[in-house]
Amino acid sequence: MSIFAYAPAPESRAVVDIAPSYGLFIDGEFRPAAEDKVFPTHSPATEERLSEVAHAGAADVDAAVRAARTAFGPWSALPGAERAKYLFRIARLIQERSRELAVLESLDNGKPIRESRDTDLPQAAAHFFYYAGWADKLRYAGFGPDPRPVGVAGQVIPWNFPLLMLAWKVAPALATGNTVVLKPAETTPLSALFFADICRQAGLPRGVVNILTGDGSTGAELVAHPGIDKVAFTGSTEVGRAIARTVAGTHKRLTLELGGKAANIVFDDAPIDQAVEGIVNGIFFNQGHVCCAGSRLLVQESIQEELLDALKRRMETLRVGDPLDKNTDIGAINSAEQLARIRELAAAGEAEGAGRWQPASCELPSQGYWFAPTLFTEVQQSHRIAREEIFGPVLSVLTFRTPEEAVAKANNTPYGLSAGIWTEKGSRILSVADKLRAGVVWANTFNKFDPASPFGGYKESGFGREGGRHGLEAYLNV
Amino acid sequence: MSDRSDKKKTAKAAPAPARLSVLKTYKLFVGGKFPRSESGRVYEVTDSRGGWLANAPQSSRKDARDAVVAARKAFAGWSGATAYNRGQVLYRVAEMLTGRREQFAAEVADAEGLSVEAALAAVDAAADRWVWYAGWTDKIAQIAGGANPVAGPFFNLSVPEPTGVVAVLAPQKSSLLGLVSVLAPVIAGGNTAVVVTSAAAPLPALSFAEVLATSDVPGGVVNILSGDTAELGVPLAAHQDVNAIDLTGAGGDAELATQLETAAADNLKRVLRPADEDWTADPGTGRLLTFLETKTVWHPIGV
Repeated sequence: MSIFAYAPAPESRAVVDIAPSYGLFIDGEFRPAAEDKVFPTHSPATEERLSEVAHAGAADVDAAVRAARTAFGPWSALPGAERAKYLFRIARLIQERSRELAVLESLDNGKPIRESRDTDLPQAAAHFFYYAGWADKLRYAGFGPDPRPVGVAGQVIPWNFPLLMLAWKVAPALATGNTVVLKPAETTPLSALFFADICRQAGLPRGVVNILTGDGSTGAELVAHPGIDKVAFTGSTEVGRAIARTVAGTHKRLTLELGGKAANIVFDDAPIDQAVEGIVNGIFFNQGHVCCAGSRLLVQESIQEELLDALKRRMETLRVGDPLDKNTDIGAINSAEQLARIRELAAAGEAEGAGRWQPASCELPSQGYWFAPTLFTEVQQSHRIAREEIFGPVLSVLTFRTPEEAVAKANNTPYGLSAGIWTEKGSRILSVADKLRAGVVWANTFNKFDPASPFGGYKESGFGREGGRHGLEAYLNV
Repeated sequence: MSDRSDKKKTAKAAPAPARLSVLKTYKLFVGGKFPRSESGRVYEVTDSRGGWLANAPQSSRKDARDAVVAARKAFAGWSGATAYNRGQVLYRVAEMLTGRREQFAAEVADAEGLSVEAALAAVDAAADRWVWYAGWTDKIAQIAGGANPVAGPFFNLSVPEPTGVVAVLAPQKSSLLGLVSVLAPVIAGGNTAVVVTSAAAPLPALSFAEVLATSDVPGGVVNILSGDTAELGVPLAAHQDVNAIDLTGAGGDAELATQLETAAADNLKRVLRPADEDWTADPGTGRLLTFLETKTVWHPIGV
């Protein structure tokens, strides 16, 4: 129960000017889709219609790929130091316009302004800044004396971090001399279109970055286009599988960042308060719309009661509501479709015998798509909520007795993106980390990202790494 | 070209209503401030044809010691800043330098007797060099460090760390590009610097201090002294709180270089020995790595 109510502290919408409609960004200019198809984009918090964007079809994909192909020659021939300066410009422009972009991102995505302002935007700028520096240093990166770009990259990104995922994809591709055709997610197209304007302000040569809005069919056209040399996808494992099949038998290079079902392992000697913060951050950050979210809490049996009491106390203080309110911890679920999926899986959890708990203090707005932060106890490994990626603010709690059991349970998933370990003992952190089959392991922390650090999954969480020196490899012929 | 000839005209012809231009008193840059030399001495700086340009401060041994104190004081903050932060500050230097491109081109042209085009090219190259090193701050650890596959239940990681206060004798002939080329790698790695400018052509370096002062570079990270290279080099090479010395500016004088190296041996300074360098060439990582230490951390693995 909250004793103190917080007065609303809304961020102003006045800093962002959303046009009533947007075209496709092809060859340096906006144009309508060849078939004139459009679709609306909404604010998931209010269901308000924000704008209308073009729906790219096969002819548009073809035009964008051709523009990228034409731009590839001169762009890849530029001295690295000159390419670097374009990327530095983009990094600076993102920094300059970060407030505008943060508000836009929260409007279109539903994520709290606190997170878009303090995480998405600084990280997006940092990625461009980091990869800018690589453009003239590629021969030092360990991929040979003169590594060459792959060509035209087709990039399909998800709706959970629209601008940040764009930065993860576009920055290394451009730094290494590739040109790109990028398709943002259907429900969050706006920040990518604003990014097109940043490319214009930076004086980026036309055709180097092309942005196609559309749905899954646009993405499928892009991935299948014969003019693409490299496909980069972040999204669900199911779509990743389909893309891998499409690319099979072609010369296309492929990297995939897919789903996860991360185990957050808390040992009996863990610092409880920090662990609780880490668990909350691990699963409720960005409404749980995070592929590496710590969605399975593995807690050592002897401290289960103490930890869950502390966790529930903490969850009572989470504020769910208006994404533009600076006090908000948990914003809106991105779409009605995603909300339905979360509800379905949560219902399955109850039906299969797990205990559902939600903070009593949590009141959800009447408009928009919302789901209260949720905890499931007595979860068995066979439960769907322990196996399937929920991609929402739902935490499943399992227990273990020995480190071996923790490792076995943590690895008992087809995914392998991330994991967390909480213990005061450094040697145990390293020993358990050694045995976990996951691409990223956080120890006594969670959800940490940095442009200098590689990120990516084992097993069915995909292949390839983004970020750091490793992230260059996907875009170089090595 | 026009700037310089205008200046000459006002100096010589000066018809009655002509406005007298405001000359600049050049000062040192120590601890983020612009002091005159403690000694009160100045010396005449001339252009390549012997025309008077300004009186530059002639730094004393005391100025050198003050600069080392300032550099040491700034070291904890600068070396403790994130590599990303340092990269952004270095990039900011390029931004500020670019904004004063014409001013520096005129100063470099005067100092080195270059054509305006050649001087502009030198200033542009200097800005590009800051951009090059801005990009290195958060990458050098990935190139020069790494995980070591030791045979045993241990986690073993090597990371580069800055060595400390670096004394830099800037090249004598390249007044701005050369200065930038020896200074930027020192501070990119997290060191702080005491720079002795070209003795004959110190003005671009002294003006460059104004760029540093407006570029988010914390006070004391870079300290710039003009004067006699030998007079300042000797106390810096012998100073017990200087961790490394770059002898580039003493390169033309083998006897002096040997004397400084000998003095540097006393507290085992890292020494970069003078070599003929082409400042327009790709700088590589050599200068960055010279002023970095390698720290290796071991930790056991076990439940």
